[in-house]
Order: sequence, then structure tokens, then C-alpha cells
Amino acid sequence: MVRSAAEKDAKQSALAAETAARESETIARILAGERELFHELIRPYEHGLYVAAFSIVQHEADAEDVAQEAVIKAYKALKNFRGDARFSTWLMAITLNEARSRWRQNKGDQLDSLNECDESAGDYTPSVLADWRYIPSGELERKELRQALQEAMAKLSPEQREVLILRDVRGMSISETAAATGVNEGLVKVRLFRARISMQKLLAPQLAPKQRGFMGWLTRKAGGQ
Amino acid sequence: MTLNCKHVWAQVSDYIDGSVSPEMKADIERHLAHCRYCSAVLDSTRNILVLVGDQRTFEVPVGFGDRLHGRLQAMMDSPDSGG
Repeated sequence: MVRSAAEKDAKQSALAAETAARESETIARILAGERELFHELIRPYEHGLYVAAFSIVQHEADAEDVAQEAVIKAYKALKNFRGDARFSTWLMAITLNEARSRWRQNKGDQLDSLNECDESAGDYTPSVLADWRYIPSGELERKELRQALQEAMAKLSPEQREVLILRDVRGMSISETAAATGVNEGLVKVRLFRARISMQKLLAPQLAPKQRGFMGWLTRKAGGQ
Repeated sequence: MTLNCKHVWAQVSDYIDGSVSPEMKADIERHLAHCRYCSAVLDSTRNILVLVGDQRTFEVPVGFGDRLHGRLQAMMDSPDSGG
């Protein structure tokens, strides 16, 4: 059965509301003294916290340390959680702040702020192909494919990695991504567009090598239309 | 409105998110119906994003969860846990 987008959205909203209500009750119990429940509260988000931290610091041990620090900060600050955003968004925002801070420390004085990167730099034109042969997710069992995806991701700017991870890996909405990253929705969309096109440009020729010969001609064709 | 390939590329991300207007969506789909190249750009982008979004692509280090909860518990058990 094919569901309409509106039905899917309604179902997702209902699930999100159900999760928020359950988490809100758990938070109240933790604050009332059942602190062990905090382990269960964060369990669904662990993987995402690590991946988001890694997207910024690009170093396994640092990403793990950042995720741990973020969880401890969230526990200590739980009484300040007001429920304006979802718990997962709030937790993610803490993790991203922690990761940015670690990234700045590691970078020293090379770059003062993530947001000072030149956002307008770069060519955001996709790799043009004659056709595309679908690569099933089962192919991810191949280490080379996972490595190619990770290497392409590493070539994006930290801001682009951040939004790509939140939106396309964690499945957060544009507004949640904006809340977690602390920028407006318009900038999230711009960064997401650039991240997605860059990933396509980096990976499509590599994953469809036989089609590479078409690129030059097609880029000229597209530009002339 | 008749779109060229560059117009379509500029909308690929919003189109994937389903956030283009109904008019723009119809214009894009009219273009895709006769442009195999833009169809391949859209298909490859979508496919790559599905692969990126798969949990197998970005695995956590072995023992990550145990270490995370171990450190959290140690903090909770300390006198100045603040919780």
C-alpha cells in the first residue's frame, strides 16, 4: 500500500508526540530521584551522538569523549530542560557545542569558529551521468563502499557534515536541525543542498565508473540550455 | 515554467525533502520525464543519501555504549554529581 506524504507526516507527528510524552514522564521521574532511568532516556540517541560528534571532530577517540562529556552535561543540566524542543534535539545541541569546542581546541588558532568558514566557496554542480544503477543497502557490507562514503563525508566542511548527519543520518526535520545547530532554517537548507550535491559529485563518478565519459559533454549541454 | 537542467539541480535537495511548491514539483517532474541526465542526478543523490543514512556506514567503536554508561554511572555515583 502506498501512503500519501500527509499520512506519513501525520503518523510521524503522532509518534513524535508519543515519544515526547514518554520522555517527559521519564525526565520527571529522574528529577524526582529515579536517576538510573537516565541511562534508558539516552540509549536511543547514543549512536547519533557519536556520529554527530565524529562529523565535527573527525577523530574516533575525541568523538567518543565528546559524546560522554555531552551526556554528563545533559544529566547535570536536566533540571533546566523545559521541553520547548524535543529531548533528542536538546541533547544533540549539547553534543554539537561540545564537539565544536573540542574541534576549536584541536585546531588551535587555525580557525576561530566553525561559522567563520567561507560558506560561499566551492562549486555546487552535480556530477552528470547518463543513468544510474541503484546500489542496494546490502552493498554496505563491502568495506570499500563504507570507506568511500566516509572519505567523501570527510571532504565536506564541518557545517555541511553537521547538517547532513542530523537530517540524513538522524532523520531530524529542518526545524529540529536548525534548533540543534543554532542557525536559521534557511541556512540549514543551503548547507544541506551543498552537502548533498557535494556528496553526489564526489561519489557518483566513483560508484558508476563506466558512466564517467559522459560528464564533460553533459555539463556543456546543461549549461547551454 | 520550463526549467533547464541547472534549475533542476538547484532544487534537487528541496525536491528530495518534498519541500518544493506543487507548481515547482510539477515543473521538475515534466523536466525529469524527458531528461535522463537530471533523472540520474536525482536518483544518484537519493541513493547516496540512503547509503549515508544507513547505520552500517558510521559504526560506533566496539564497546562505545558500555564505556559511555560506565562513565555516566561513575559520575552519578560521585558525591558532586549534581543530579
